[in-house]
Amino acid sequence: MKIITIDDSSTMRRIIKNTLKRIGYGDEILEAGDGKEALEVLENNDVDLIITDWNMPVMDGLAFVKKIRSDSKYDDTPIIMVTTEAAKEDIITALKAGVNNYIVKPFTPDVLKEKIETVLGKKD
Amino acid sequence: MPKLSVEWINPFIEATENIIGTVAMVKITRGKLTLKEDSAVEYDVSGIIGITGEAVGSIALSFPKKTALAIVTNFTGEEAMGIDNDTIDAIGELTNMVAGSAKKIFSDKGIKLKISIPNVVVGKNHTIVSPKGTPSIVIPFESDVGELAIQVSLKPGN
Repeated sequence: MKIITIDDSSTMRRIIKNTLKRIGYGDEILEAGDGKEALEVLENNDVDLIITDWNMPVMDGLAFVKKIRSDSKYDDTPIIMVTTEAAKEDIITALKAGVNNYIVKPFTPDVLKEKIETVLGKKD
Repeated sequence: MPKLSVEWINPFIEATENIIGTVAMVKITRGKLTLKEDSAVEYDVSGIIGITGEAVGSIALSFPKKTALAIVTNFTGEEAMGIDNDTIDAIGELTNMVAGSAKKIFSDKGIKLKISIPNVVVGKNHTIVSPKGTPSIVIPFESDVGELAIQVSLKPGN
């Protein structure tokens, strides 16, 4: 299971990586600091799951998701957005852009596990 | 939007208590609000986020070094040794969570705000000055790991 975590905060990337390891999804975790960097990483790597922040410099999470969803190569790749943007209209915007599930920071390991299992279930 | 009334301050207080309590497991107790004409907090590190939409201004989360290190250590699960890049990043992320949480509280009341990416200022006894005409309120908090404060500077949006 290969996962990419995209967040401009190195703290959040570290917390997400440590949490993924704790809940059994720590096999291979790639990192990127914004959407543009993530697209570059994905050029050379196939991943099974994308976990992305929303508010980031250079290319934000929403623009990144739209870009990914315009490429049929990623039709079956689930995307979970992990963000502080918790307003209802934000969640609707993200889901419309192609996000499969949504987590509001701060989150517990159980919530991340549940959301991952949900999107992987959808994928199957 | 009226002057900086309680309705505009309380979501930030609630968000700060909630986020610091949840991610750093530190219970904080609010002190007395002070209106700052020239808006000064004198701590060592501050996370600042710009706000636009139905209100325009900023929220700053400020800590003395000791409090910052204790809260970041609890937040990340790794001991923060000083105000280094990792601590600065963590303070930015905490500020982001507080602003995001406050934004949600406003959104539930039908008030739409947008928040910027956080900036972090480091420097002994630095001050945060808001633009002229933007009222600013400082809310101090006490906790077992030391004091901290938020500074809310807001005026009506366009």
